[in-house]
Amino acid sequence: MQIYLPIAEVSVDALLLLGIGGMVGILSGMFGVGGGFILTPLLFFIGIPPAVAVASAANQIAGSSFSALLAHLQRRTVDMKMGVVLLSGGLLGSSFGVMVFSILRRQGQFELVVSLLYVLLLGIIGTLMLMESIRAIRRARNPGTVVKPRKRHTWAHGLPLKMRFRTSQLYVSAIPPFVVGAAVGVLAAIMGVGGGFIMVPAMIYIIGMPTKVVVGTSVFQFLFVTGFTTILQAVQNKSVETVLAVILLVGGVIGAQVGVLLAARLKAEQLRMFLALLVVFVCLKLASDLVLRPAELYSIGSS
Amino acid sequence: MLWRMLTVLLALPCLSWAEETVVTGVSHSRFSLNAALDGSELFIFGAVRRDAPIPDNAGKLDVVITVRGPEQDVTVRHKSRRFGIWVNTAAVEVLDAPSYYAIAASGPLDEILSESDRLRYNIGMDHAVRRIASHPKIASARPFSDALVRLREKSGLYTQEDGAVALAEDTLFQVGLELPANLVEGDYSAEFFLVRNRRVIDRGETGIIVQKTGVGRWLYNLSQEEPLLYGILSVALALAAGWTAATAFRLARRR
Repeated sequence: MQIYLPIAEVSVDALLLLGIGGMVGILSGMFGVGGGFILTPLLFFIGIPPAVAVASAANQIAGSSFSALLAHLQRRTVDMKMGVVLLSGGLLGSSFGVMVFSILRRQGQFELVVSLLYVLLLGIIGTLMLMESIRAIRRARNPGTVVKPRKRHTWAHGLPLKMRFRTSQLYVSAIPPFVVGAAVGVLAAIMGVGGGFIMVPAMIYIIGMPTKVVVGTSVFQFLFVTGFTTILQAVQNKSVETVLAVILLVGGVIGAQVGVLLAARLKAEQLRMFLALLVVFVCLKLASDLVLRPAELYSIGSS
Repeated sequence: MLWRMLTVLLALPCLSWAEETVVTGVSHSRFSLNAALDGSELFIFGAVRRDAPIPDNAGKLDVVITVRGPEQDVTVRHKSRRFGIWVNTAAVEVLDAPSYYAIAASGPLDEILSESDRLRYNIGMDHAVRRIASHPKIASARPFSDALVRLREKSGLYTQEDGAVALAEDTLFQVGLELPANLVEGDYSAEFFLVRNRRVIDRGETGIIVQKTGVGRWLYNLSQEEPLLYGILSVALALAAGWTAATAFRLARRR
């Protein structure tokens, strides 16, 4: 069933979009990741213009974070004060990212830069995940190995501008969360990702937050940063495709339920290995598109 | 699939050569297409008026129809290899390129119409794009305008259909043009040429106002004219869709 996307100005199969949304939803249900880093490249592959794919993915993430945030608020697993610090950085980063986005687009280099960033990002994530899952499989085979406990006092505790975060039971500088929030905001604008893969490790290892509030607090930041990014993209670049975002959302919610069920039946190490291979595959596909001679060297308009 | 159709009726006054003429009776027609659909068909038909019987020595009669969409400036970019990857390295501004261009003829265009008449009346893909902004760094802009035509032919915005015009009894002719969904709204012009012995013997012209309908058109216009409102609406829609779908699933699982 072909559907015409009015902003992207392309016709795509609505069932294919539902399927992609569903697949990303399955991943997020299985692994608890947002899946933006897989969603956006998949949209490139089916012919959505990169600028529209990136801006609409941010819109989709805003929608999928909302019900997750409500659930976390109910369980009181959101550190609001930390969230606000992260968010203030995020808004700044997002504004900067949207500005860079429009400059690159005018120069006709947006597609190139986004592809390069994705190759880099997916390459790093994929390699780390592969290594981690191989280690996990080994560990499962010889259970004698001891996992080192992590330190709660990090170098971030030595910086000025200290604030008390009651929910996280922390007294740390506001600079690291602000910087982390800003970095994630830039990524949301330029790559259309939530940024959990950077935010969650940074919250645990740099800021030293307790694990139980990490996910809820990052969802809080995603919702507002991607919502803000969507509005900014709509105003500055006119590249938000609502129809696309809504179809992906519906597929995603269905997929997430399936993912939760699947995760309960399959082995965690195998799941992680599968996700790692998928990430590496998407990375290689993007890289080959950059390196191989394209069939058509000419293109019309700004990407 | 619903095909919307437009009929451009050509009426029949005055004459020029061999008592054969084609002129439009309707000066402006309106054509609406639903933007949610894959595409629509523009249906054009008309008639040849003849005051005397066709002489025995007259050559075969042919009809050529062209349709042009609103003109726009377009940037065409060219990739070349830099540091092992393919990068956009050159860009040329093509001026006043028609957003849509269709040529339909009752036979092979090159055979039924002479090169000089194609040039005089601007008929043919090679005449689709005429103006290119001069660029100091680029020696020849010709590959860029060729690429524009090639890319638009691929997406269905430019099309040449030899033999698509059906001509009955040398009098009634008709053609159906498939319109892609990413058409630009605005004033289109349709031109009609009667051709005999590879020469144009009469021509007529009519305007068509192309409008889109449906939710897609509404969203597109909102995104262009009220981008802030559109952005807020997009976020609100996404929140509502995400929440509704999640809640529906939770309720369904509880049962």
